[in-house]
Amino acid sequence: MAMAPETGTAPGSSAREPAGAWVRAAGPRWDTAVGVLLVAVFVVGLAGTDGFASGGNLAFAFNDIAEVALIALPMTLLVVAGQVDLSVASMLGLGSALTGALWNAGWAFEMIVPVVLLTGIAGGLLNGWLVTRVGLPSLAVTIGTLALYRGLASVVLGSDAVTGFPHTYASWAVDTTTIPGTFVTYPIALFLVLAVVTGVVLHSTAFGRSLFAIGAQEEAAYFAGIRVKRFKLILFVVTGLFAAFAGIVFTLRYGSARADNGLGFEMLVIASVLLGGIDFDGGRGTLFGAVAGVLLIGVLRNLLTLNDVANEVQVIVTGLLLVGSVLTPRVVAAAVERRHRRTAGAGTVPPESEASSPSSAS
Amino acid sequence: MTTLTGGPTTTRPADSSARSLADAVFRAREISIAGALALLILGTWLANPRFLDSQGVKDLLLNASILVLLAVGQSVVVLTRNIDLSVGSVVGLSAFACGTFVSGTDHGVLVVMLLGSAIGMVCGLVSGALVSFGRVPALVVTLGMLYIIQGLDYWWAQGDQISATDVPRPVLDLGSGSVLGVPYLPLITVVLLAGTAYFLRSYRSGRELYAIGSSPEAARLAGVPVRRRILAAYAFSGAVAGFAGALWLARFGTVVADDAHGWELTVVSAAVVGGVAITGGVGTVWGAALGALLLTTIGSALVVLKVDAFWQGAITGALLLAAISVDRIVNLRMTAALRKRSARHGHGA
Repeated sequence: MAMAPETGTAPGSSAREPAGAWVRAAGPRWDTAVGVLLVAVFVVGLAGTDGFASGGNLAFAFNDIAEVALIALPMTLLVVAGQVDLSVASMLGLGSALTGALWNAGWAFEMIVPVVLLTGIAGGLLNGWLVTRVGLPSLAVTIGTLALYRGLASVVLGSDAVTGFPHTYASWAVDTTTIPGTFVTYPIALFLVLAVVTGVVLHSTAFGRSLFAIGAQEEAAYFAGIRVKRFKLILFVVTGLFAAFAGIVFTLRYGSARADNGLGFEMLVIASVLLGGIDFDGGRGTLFGAVAGVLLIGVLRNLLTLNDVANEVQVIVTGLLLVGSVLTPRVVAAAVERRHRRTAGAGTVPPESEASSPSSAS
Repeated sequence: MTTLTGGPTTTRPADSSARSLADAVFRAREISIAGALALLILGTWLANPRFLDSQGVKDLLLNASILVLLAVGQSVVVLTRNIDLSVGSVVGLSAFACGTFVSGTDHGVLVVMLLGSAIGMVCGLVSGALVSFGRVPALVVTLGMLYIIQGLDYWWAQGDQISATDVPRPVLDLGSGSVLGVPYLPLITVVLLAGTAYFLRSYRSGRELYAIGSSPEAARLAGVPVRRRILAAYAFSGAVAGFAGALWLARFGTVVADDAHGWELTVVSAAVVGGVAITGGVGTVWGAALGALLLTTIGSALVVLKVDAFWQGAITGALLLAAISVDRIVNLRMTAALRKRSARHGHGA
């Protein structure tokens, strides 16, 4: 009875169907396009830029985005489920600060790691609890925890920098240590393994399919028997865990624990995921696209640096790519839709219904 | 995105008493923030009376002015169920552009303010056009704009800075001067705040912004020009951010490219603490202004109370979470109460 007015999107949805179907068809094409773009940029780099092809440079190029890449994996699942976590970079900073503070206090590194990971889980639980139990939008919640976790990081460590972590662990993360015979560093190797696991989870399990359902139509997913709240909670917890782990990787890679480590990384993670064709409205995208998006940003930044392109221009390129990557499929879809309508006659209602996509809501 | 747990954020007033109850609750939200602010000021003053001497009050108002301005602009966008993450970079760009424009000249104050607003409005129009006509999610567009504007600004500045000695006297006077003991900046802010509040409350196009935020589809069917209104909201938010950049120059004189870097989330926080729902359609610019005032006052109070500045971020975050949680719980209670009441009056079906 109370539900009846809420289902009132019906008038628009029938008109939207052709465009929607097309965009869905364009979705996989977009992430293929990003993959092709990645290969193209890579080939151009190999052919035209001195020093790009050296193992040392490739190891550096990819290792440099290791933390962003690690966090992008759970973020992809979150965005597919129609949620977002802006607190990841702060959790990275908190993980780093905690690592430093405990190391200062004389803890063994083997003891520090589980404590930091548990902190990540606790942070993810808080995010997830506020979203699923209190019923708050994830954007608002994680803007709050973004400030909270970064604040806790500076409370824990202040403005100090802690260095001198044990060589056995520190050498594991730096870009000069690669898997023998390749240019693949250990953090990137771990990322690749986790990417395969995440890809299988997202695309080949009931859990993954449920996330698409939740992102596409949460209410329908709920009535289809999907445990929406439970799944969302799991996603936030895993994201917190990955972010804290990325904090440890970051600390070891730079050999320095600071409260402001990874400041602003949340934007970079989200930019990479969206660049890979994960629809911010939820319900669409592939993990392949997200991985291609992350790697594309890494390779592109490296190439621009090698060609002496100023850092400022790299920032602009990131922004243009981001806007272009969401705009292009929609412009193409709209053009196709217009032609489709012209050939099909004036029988259909113009799809005005998406005039203002409810985007900031999550 | 439909949120299962979202529930109705706006009330469908069954009768006028339900509407007045809803009004009272939303007003109560602003009163409770004002109360928290008063308590904070009182407590800090008791601990250190110099917090409220004339210089202390002046600092408090000056520090809050620019954030309040930005929060007002942001609220207008958030009301339409969108977001503008590019405001911080717009402030930086506008401040640097205005600084470059006036350096070593005797350009008047008015020209500088107009230039700042115009730059901001252009940025806002680009974001707004992409969101409303390109149908691209606001978060993605304005995140992209954040990078583009910030990159342009850094590229242009090339590590240079505008120094106060090059800025003409009248412009600096705008930032530090006062009339009858009240500094100009807060006065300007209050005028703009009151104007925006009046527009949102009393003009049809202002009310339509709420309608769009509550239900874009319903607003469209009711004949609201949704796209034009959203474009206008972004243009306004951009213009306000650009204007704030000009005031930034007037206040600080010295400007570098990454001024106001990272402010976008503080600004959104201020609006959300002030009761502007991130899901659109709910809130007032008065509330957003109070939220911004509360955030800056906490910062000042921590300094006066000699609390480690390191705590500021944690306190801000905890406050934001508390504010939105309390708001949500009150809302749920109110919805339940309204349902019970309308059932009693026979509106249940």
